[in-house]
Amino acid sequence: MARMKFLCDADRCIECNACVTACKNENDVPWGINRRRVVTINDGKPGERSVSMACMHCTDAPCAAVCPVNCFYTTADGVVLHSKDLCIGCGYCFYACPFGAPQYPKVGNFGSRGKMDKCTYCAGGPEADLTPAEYGNRENGQFTGYGSNRLAEGKLPLCAEMCSTKSLLAGDGEIIAQIFKERVVRRGYSSGAWGWQTAYRERIET
Amino acid sequence: MVTGTQFRVFAGALLLGLMAAFMSPVSAQQQPDSVNPTQQSVKEQQLLKELSRIQGRTSLPDSKTGTLEQPAGRDWRQFQQVTLRWIGAIAILGMLATLVLFFLIRGMIRIEAGRSGYTLVRFNAFERFVHWMTATCFIVLALSGLNITFGKELLLPLIGTQTFATFSQWAKYAHNYLSFPFTLGVALMLLMWIAWNFPSGVDFRWIREGGGIVGSKHPPARRFNAGQKAIYWVVVLGGGAAAVTGYLLMFPFYATDIAGMQTAQMVHGIVGLIFMAIMLAHIYIGTIGMQGAFEAMGKGEVDVNWARQHHSLWLEKEAQKGRVPGGSVAPAE
Repeated sequence: MARMKFLCDADRCIECNACVTACKNENDVPWGINRRRVVTINDGKPGERSVSMACMHCTDAPCAAVCPVNCFYTTADGVVLHSKDLCIGCGYCFYACPFGAPQYPKVGNFGSRGKMDKCTYCAGGPEADLTPAEYGNRENGQFTGYGSNRLAEGKLPLCAEMCSTKSLLAGDGEIIAQIFKERVVRRGYSSGAWGWQTAYRERIET
Repeated sequence: MVTGTQFRVFAGALLLGLMAAFMSPVSAQQQPDSVNPTQQSVKEQQLLKELSRIQGRTSLPDSKTGTLEQPAGRDWRQFQQVTLRWIGAIAILGMLATLVLFFLIRGMIRIEAGRSGYTLVRFNAFERFVHWMTATCFIVLALSGLNITFGKELLLPLIGTQTFATFSQWAKYAHNYLSFPFTLGVALMLLMWIAWNFPSGVDFRWIREGGGIVGSKHPPARRFNAGQKAIYWVVVLGGGAAAVTGYLLMFPFYATDIAGMQTAQMVHGIVGLIFMAIMLAHIYIGTIGMQGAFEAMGKGEVDVNWARQHHSLWLEKEAQKGRVPGGSVAPAE
């Protein structure tokens, strides 16, 4: 099986936020939760770069390691998923995540968190593939499901699929690393494969 | 005749010509033919070297989303999964082993003169209420806290993933809600007992002579001896630190950023586990470790001979106030 990864080629990102919008729409993500976001570094200064960031589906994921109820699992494709059935909303995965991926709906008293929600790589959750239970609904203000399961349909995550500049790449890690490498060689510069070293302990040498 | 304008044009042309003559070979050496300004940009590797986390701007209202990358999460994971567990295991198991060993060697500390049959009030009803409110909250907080750190290794294999998750959810609610009466209890203890808990000269002698359950002599002590004062300050300061860091965790990101949340969890974990270990010793002395001690917090009254043995100065003072039944009280030593 392929090891699925994300790669944001920041030298191509134009901060259009279409990936963010596409993600919210495809997965029916509730208000206040953003599985994907675009962060601009050195905004307004020469050399600024924008990076589209979501869960990077880390190798040996820190969220999974710190979860006190073991609600995370990694699929055969290397996608890191979790069970909202088991999640207790403790927030530890957010502290451990290098990319700020976990999101929590505010449902309880004080600032208490509901079941964690994060990017699923458009691969749904532990429920049976392509069922309404997997997609989820909005019972009692909670977002019970995981959204779309495009992977089960043979498609890649929508954020990357519709990226207009093909900045955001999704797919087999080796293939997208090769595409990135060729681009860097052709244009002669790169701001880096953002997050790869932290998520996969891997650098793309060019 | 050369006019001013003509001169300026001439001089300007000469200057340009000179500049072109001198500058062009130099600039040709420095820059390639096609200069690409977008080539110059922030580099991830450089930012990671310089900063502990990469911060930027997003168009989202949630300020947390501005943190692009914080590799420190990996360090926090190491603490959470390895360091904290070692601290907890050593503190709690070490304390249990010490207490078992101590009990085997010393056994229960008896009232040497036997029970006198007369009792005097040590803790009034309000003091006992505050103590037991705080104590019951503490036990639930401690068990639910241990569950977060050790549960998935110790309890989950026994009861299964689903049951464990449901239990942990309720344990989290209990941990959050019982923090309020616990904090109230700690605050009341701080106020109602602080007058007797400042260190004094008597305490130094008490420590030197090995008072309490350690030595066999019984150095004089006021209402609280040095050991009890230590427990008082552990509860007040440790409970205070646990409460402050706990509320930072309960109201996430209200007062701190991601680094602050990680630090709060680390302090909360360490303080909590050491607090538990010390409370085990407190529970030991208050129950099987010492005859006649439990009554102080149980029914609130202690035997006069127990008081003479452990709190001689306090007993004298109470006797002067006429609070000791049985009339005459023999001198402490």
